[in-house]
Amino acid sequence: MSNEYAHPEALVETDWVAEHLNDPTVRLVESNEDPLLYETGHIPGAVKVDWFTTLQHPLRRDFIEKDQFEDLCRRLGIGNDTTVVFYGDKNNWFACYAFWLFAYYGHQHLKIMNGGRAKWVAEGRPLTQEVPNYPPTDYVAKDPDPSVRAFREDVFRQMEKGLPLVDVRSPQEYSGELIHMPNYPQEGAQRGGHIPGAVNIPWAQAVNPETSTFKPAAELRQLYEQYGITPDKEVIAYCRIGERSSLTWFVLRYLLGYPNVKNYDGSWTEWGNLVNAPIEK
Amino acid sequence: MMDATLPPALAEIVDEFSQCERQEKIALLVDYANQLLPPPPEALADGDAPESVPECMTPVSLRVLQQDGRLRFYFDVPQDAPLIRGYAAMMQQGLWDVTPQEILRIPADFYHVMGLQDLLTPQRLNGLTAILAHVKRVAVRLMGEG
Repeated sequence: MSNEYAHPEALVETDWVAEHLNDPTVRLVESNEDPLLYETGHIPGAVKVDWFTTLQHPLRRDFIEKDQFEDLCRRLGIGNDTTVVFYGDKNNWFACYAFWLFAYYGHQHLKIMNGGRAKWVAEGRPLTQEVPNYPPTDYVAKDPDPSVRAFREDVFRQMEKGLPLVDVRSPQEYSGELIHMPNYPQEGAQRGGHIPGAVNIPWAQAVNPETSTFKPAAELRQLYEQYGITPDKEVIAYCRIGERSSLTWFVLRYLLGYPNVKNYDGSWTEWGNLVNAPIEK
Repeated sequence: MMDATLPPALAEIVDEFSQCERQEKIALLVDYANQLLPPPPEALADGDAPESVPECMTPVSLRVLQQDGRLRFYFDVPQDAPLIRGYAAMMQQGLWDVTPQEILRIPADFYHVMGLQDLLTPQRLNGLTAILAHVKRVAVRLMGEG
């Protein structure tokens, strides 16, 4: 059926979450762009994962290492068999980022709550400020899965082979007219534009703006295929720091079932600063 | 000392944050977010279009009330952006009844000693810089009119 997602098990609705609030095999994880939103109220039982203070390596530009990831899961009461359900603000963009990192460390049972925090709130469902505590686990992570993450060398190869690159930033960022706003400090890139050959499919086009839920599979397929982003090719998605493109990665890999999709988390804040890297405007 | 150039109420806020641990800073920002005052009817729009950065930044618009050469700022920030509401409330309280001259003396990096860089990315800190820049533009304009 053209309207069905390739991996429907990667998505749950708010109803499902409401029915599993006290399910010990399920851990809800809230991951937001706004670092205070969890503290103002979250779904009962949900733990907070902040993409900056929790998931970033404390020293270098990278994610936490395997043992730090294990510590995180143990602390949050996530076992190897726990089903982890992510949700968050802004169409789940940082929820998808956290999902992506959990996939990178090989966690098996991962889901996104369709519609995210906005839908839960719009439906008048309960929020609490109570921070839960779970018994620690003995979580063991797998080695990082290179099939989900692209580094700059992969992007160079992709570009030279003429394989699909999806730039999911806004059209103004893609065209290079915008790298930062007047009166705002430099936002981290010396040059504007995009990686040569990349097509521009802004990330939020995968989502219904009214409900924050993902569009049906047939619409999504059309959205990407019209730009030549088809399942038979290797695809690399990028944005500014890799968070918006992790949503696109989720859509292509789980909702449409593309077998070979990577997220380039270095994204424009690496490429736009890289000496001698080719740029198109 | 840098504090000497800050309005006393803002200096106090900076000091309050600088003495907090990381988790306490988050709680304190949430407290401020809850204290943001809505504009009274007589507050005027500042004449600028609301500022925003596409996708990455929350739109913030600003109203200002001027009396006897002293200013009060009112910010319109969406409810679902508590961090920006927290910034706005800090600036509202820190700049309550100050003069435009006092605002222009605030250094752009006044918040460094607050230690927010431990919990916020440079991108998130830009919001605070942006609010200060916006307030300064309003101060300059009002001085010109005055």
